[in-house]
Amino acid sequence: MELLLDSLFNGVAIGSVLLVAALGLAIVFGLMGVINLAHGELMMLGAYTTYVTQLIFKLPILKPFYNSYIIVSIFLAFIVSGVVGILLEKTIIRKLYGSPLETLLATWGVSLILQQFVRSVPLAYGTGLVISLLIGLFLPTTFPSKIKESINFKYFKFSSWIFAALTGVLTGSVISSSVSKLSRASARNVDVTAPSWMRGQVEIIGTAFPKTRLMIIVITLISVIAITLFLNQSAWGMRIRAVTQNRQMSDCLGISTEKVDIITFGIGSGLAGVAGVAVSLLGSVGPNVGGNYIVGCFMVVVLGGVGNLLGTVLASFGIGIMTDLIGAGRFLSIWPDMPLPLSNTINFFATTSMARVMIFALIVIFLQFKPTGLFPQKGRMVEN
Amino acid sequence: MSLSKIKFDKKIVLSFWIILIALIIAAPTLLPVFRLNLLGRYLSLSIVALGVDLIWGYTGLLSLGQGIFFALGGYCAAMYLQITSSSEFPNNIPEFFALYGVEKLPFFWEPFRSPVFTFFAIWIIPALVAGLIGFLVFRNRIKGVYFSILTQASLLVFFNFFNGQQKLINGTNGLKTDVTQLFGQMVGSESMQRIFFWITALLVIAAWFFAKWVVKGRFGNILIGIRDDEPRVRFTGYNPVIFKTIIFSIAGGLAGISGALYTVQSGIVSPQFMTVPFSIEMVIWVAVGGRGTLLGAILGAVLINYAKSLVSEALPASWMFIQGGLFILVVTALPEGVLGWMQGDGPRNLLQRFGLKRKIETYPSLEVNNNDENNG
Repeated sequence: MELLLDSLFNGVAIGSVLLVAALGLAIVFGLMGVINLAHGELMMLGAYTTYVTQLIFKLPILKPFYNSYIIVSIFLAFIVSGVVGILLEKTIIRKLYGSPLETLLATWGVSLILQQFVRSVPLAYGTGLVISLLIGLFLPTTFPSKIKESINFKYFKFSSWIFAALTGVLTGSVISSSVSKLSRASARNVDVTAPSWMRGQVEIIGTAFPKTRLMIIVITLISVIAITLFLNQSAWGMRIRAVTQNRQMSDCLGISTEKVDIITFGIGSGLAGVAGVAVSLLGSVGPNVGGNYIVGCFMVVVLGGVGNLLGTVLASFGIGIMTDLIGAGRFLSIWPDMPLPLSNTINFFATTSMARVMIFALIVIFLQFKPTGLFPQKGRMVEN
Repeated sequence: MSLSKIKFDKKIVLSFWIILIALIIAAPTLLPVFRLNLLGRYLSLSIVALGVDLIWGYTGLLSLGQGIFFALGGYCAAMYLQITSSSEFPNNIPEFFALYGVEKLPFFWEPFRSPVFTFFAIWIIPALVAGLIGFLVFRNRIKGVYFSILTQASLLVFFNFFNGQQKLINGTNGLKTDVTQLFGQMVGSESMQRIFFWITALLVIAAWFFAKWVVKGRFGNILIGIRDDEPRVRFTGYNPVIFKTIIFSIAGGLAGISGALYTVQSGIVSPQFMTVPFSIEMVIWVAVGGRGTLLGAILGAVLINYAKSLVSEALPASWMFIQGGLFILVVTALPEGVLGWMQGDGPRNLLQRFGLKRKIETYPSLEVNNNDENNG
């Protein structure tokens, strides 16, 4: 019983990391049909945001609030990754709707650029760049409608971009002069240290459980609930669902599909940033941190059934629990005196990398029987 | 296709061949061995690119897992070389086994004592594995991006497997070939590398003719039909699964040959051949060269890799930026690739833009062909 509980806890812990990472992808891939291979790098940006926030909160002015930096960084990571995602949508992905394979290649290119960007640009100036993107993209939308509709709006837009660039450079140099760790580019991995209230373990029904893991589960839970509420209760959520079901019809009914695309992609990317915060709590943060998750995320979405959040949730916890069962060789402790060839096989797969092999193989076998995942989309089209 | 375009096509092909043959004849005497070896490696990569062009450019299957078959071919060659040069090591087995205390050769190494078996294994084993993976995936009508994701997942399966098995195939360290013997000669020696260059050059040409033969005639037409409208092909009475499986295993076989040639020229095969970025790079060589052109695949593989080595020598950090930019640029601005752009209206449009050539007035419907767009 205790063993089962242990396995369940570990499985849920692994699964919740997978889920929070796959959630944004489920939105972007499931609702928009966009293959975003830069999703992992958006996660990486979220993880680096956590690191930058942590260092900034060590400054004398913010020192009293240091313990709450992780909460702040969740919101900041959402904004940073969301802004980068929106820029991505506006510049590249918008041109490629309807041709998923091309999107796949282009976003892979973006992921390479982002990886090299954090390697060769000092994080302080990276932060400045993100701030200027934020201002440049959103300042024009806050102007009163009288200006927006005027013929000279492009000049307003242009001047707001100049303002944005100046602000970005300014914040970049302020940060780089005040936090020396951020002023130099480095390809080395960095570490995020959890605040004191998150260190140590708690006991749940007799099992010791690391607090960081618990924090990740909480982050995941809140993200899932928030996104479900947003999609099902808000006006924009309804528009997103409408566009997912029938793009042309929604367009005819007056929904701005362009805006819906931006919002959907922005939220999906922002969730990747939140996942980045969770990932930064697990280990060191480096330019390649996203690459470790991307294929797993896609498998979760495909296994759960594209466009179905419940499927994504079930699939990630299923994969998490299976990973723990196989990777820790738990079948052996459940049934200690099993025949030798069987126990040898289980021992062969009882490592992290071999468990991954087994899981992927199982998923491929599963897809032989249910090619569209756990919860397939209903439809009678020839092409899906 | 208009008459002038065909002529243009022939001109490109002919000039390409003249350049290629001149290059192959001149290279061994002109280039230092280091550069010759690099060129040989890039030429061998162009064989895997030809395979990618067959499955992606002609059949519309974007595989992100060609690294599996590439590495399998490489491992077959390396296992043969290791086992035939292991007579002075304890137990007559390759040296690395001693590190992990293995005394008996694992069973699957045994057949690689035979050069004949190895010769066939290099391309048949990858082709069979590709056929199996392909059949399982195509049977369920998994296609488009799902196919891409599944091939990438299989790539990770193979990578993790090869990476984790020290006792069977030396795990993450890979198998070295440059200090092994082949026909009494050191594989890494200059004379052998020259011979490998010749073999590679000949095989590239052979592979090109083979690919050309595959896409010619009805078989090629069905492949293009599958790319452009698979349900219609199915409704016409053809079974796309068979054709897709065949072409996927052909591409796998080509990848295996390519991997074996690459291995003997780079001196090592390791799970690094099965990393995700390397397999995606293969796709981008084809995309840059021009998919569906075959020649473009060869050109793309050689030129991009050459550019990569030049840029990485000069400015190591900037290659990732350039490569990433190349991905985005090719997809958004040059979807036909360089060769497709040259064969199409690209040069004329460019000249027109600078006012050097007069615009040709036609009815728009004559020039617009929407069928090329939806091969996703």
